[in-house]
Amino acid sequence: MDFVNAVVQGILLGGLYALFAAGLSLIFGVMRLVNIAHGDLIVLAAYLGLTTTVVLGVHPLVALIVVVPVMAGIGYVLQRGVLNHTLGDDILPPLLVTFGLSVIIQNALLEGYSADPQKMDAGVLETASVALGPLSLGLLPLLTFAIAVAVIAALQWTFYRTPLGRAFRATSDNQDIAQLMGLNKRHVFGLAMALALAVTAVAGILLGIRTSFDPSVGGGRLIFGFEAVIIGGLGNLWGTLVGGVILGVAQTVGATINPGWQLLAGHIAFLVILAVRPNGLFPRISG
Amino acid sequence: MAQILQLDGVSKSFGAVTVADGLSYGLAQGEALGVLGPNGAGKTSMFNLITGTLMANSGRISFEGEDITGMSAARRSRAGIARSFQVPQPFTHMTVFENAMVAATQSAGLSGREAERLCLDVLDQTELLGKANDRAGGLTLLNRKRLELTRALCAKPRLLLLDEIAGGLTEAECTSLIATIKSIHASGVSIIWIEHVVHALMAVVERLIVIDFGRKIAEGEPRAIMESPEVQEIYLGIEADA
Repeated sequence: MDFVNAVVQGILLGGLYALFAAGLSLIFGVMRLVNIAHGDLIVLAAYLGLTTTVVLGVHPLVALIVVVPVMAGIGYVLQRGVLNHTLGDDILPPLLVTFGLSVIIQNALLEGYSADPQKMDAGVLETASVALGPLSLGLLPLLTFAIAVAVIAALQWTFYRTPLGRAFRATSDNQDIAQLMGLNKRHVFGLAMALALAVTAVAGILLGIRTSFDPSVGGGRLIFGFEAVIIGGLGNLWGTLVGGVILGVAQTVGATINPGWQLLAGHIAFLVILAVRPNGLFPRISG
Repeated sequence: MAQILQLDGVSKSFGAVTVADGLSYGLAQGEALGVLGPNGAGKTSMFNLITGTLMANSGRISFEGEDITGMSAARRSRAGIARSFQVPQPFTHMTVFENAMVAATQSAGLSGREAERLCLDVLDQTELLGKANDRAGGLTLLNRKRLELTRALCAKPRLLLLDEIAGGLTEAECTSLIATIKSIHASGVSIIWIEHVVHALMAVVERLIVIDFGRKIAEGEPRAIMESPEVQEIYLGIEADA
């Protein structure tokens, strides 16, 4: 029973990892940019959520109304102001610049909020649970998973059913031709980063409700995000959800066997999949 | 008649390689102009300069009376300049219909039903309707060429630049292409057409210019140009009345 419980909890945890990963996947897919600061942006969103709940006295989920547009705005300005200038044939400049950004965000958060762990108070949502046969499922993990599925479905719909999505895909496919079709790639990339950080805002708030956080935890979230993206296959959003779930299950099952094995089990699952399927489980068809 | 496009002393070089050397000519509203010249003469570079893929070192390009010399490619596209590529460059991961829709929504600025309507009409005209939901990366050469034309037309251009669109087609394919381009021209779209398939060019254009080493070396009425010594020298062996 413990084992079944661990698997179910792991699946739900995978939803959070998929949310960490979705923004990363989107950015890489549209502009081939590997955003090393992604984890720190998640933590930044958590802190913005914390400030919003404290200042306005609202529930963390209500804070999404403020944090999502703020993060989207930060994303657009960051892309137009900084990251667009790093993009080119060489992939090194964006890596270095986002690494620097990661350091800057961590230190700014340390300066602004101190190194003390913080947590958002979501009241009864944190402890409420629903019974499913012999299992007891936390309402928060269930909600997180449902939000993850909804976000991925919305991103998928945006990508394949809207003019914005076509603009993303056309620019990703051939930047030069996209320009000749009237697309301003700097603006398109700005919108992609805005959308990615809007998703990051959701991930950050859910992270901050689920666990305590401090300015240094971004790196770990970045790794989970990367692993979920790569397990699922680059450029496949539903694959990213599956990747998150596999990572989550590996971690909770590992922790059931030995509490010290939680992170290790996740990394081992990642390495095994990388060894067996180097392109991930569901790579995007190329050609 | 008003000029839709005017090039004044446009020059572009990459180090010692000159692709445009003081190019000057105008295109009247609704005119069809043919461009001849040997490989490497700078014909495609001239298109790159007009669409904004390349920026001129000197000179001035104006479109519908407005100076567009420093304008970005995206803005020129929205202003009404579209082109097809000699080597087709579709968005390979997207379907044929989606390729068309990018041009209709972004370049022509249409939305929803209006954009879909235009794309379906153009796909019908270019005989690609049956392939609308196929991935563009999997198309044959002929269909890729048709897609080039489709995308350019879905941008609702006022100036259409065609780059060797008839090359590599069979006689029958070429005949239907000529008919399509004639009807586009008849609808009032101004055209500049680079083409080595001379009989196709002669069937459509009203004027010819000849380019070599990035310079305009001849300009005038098509048949007279074809018989001129400059062209005879370059096109030794190619018959004007084929």
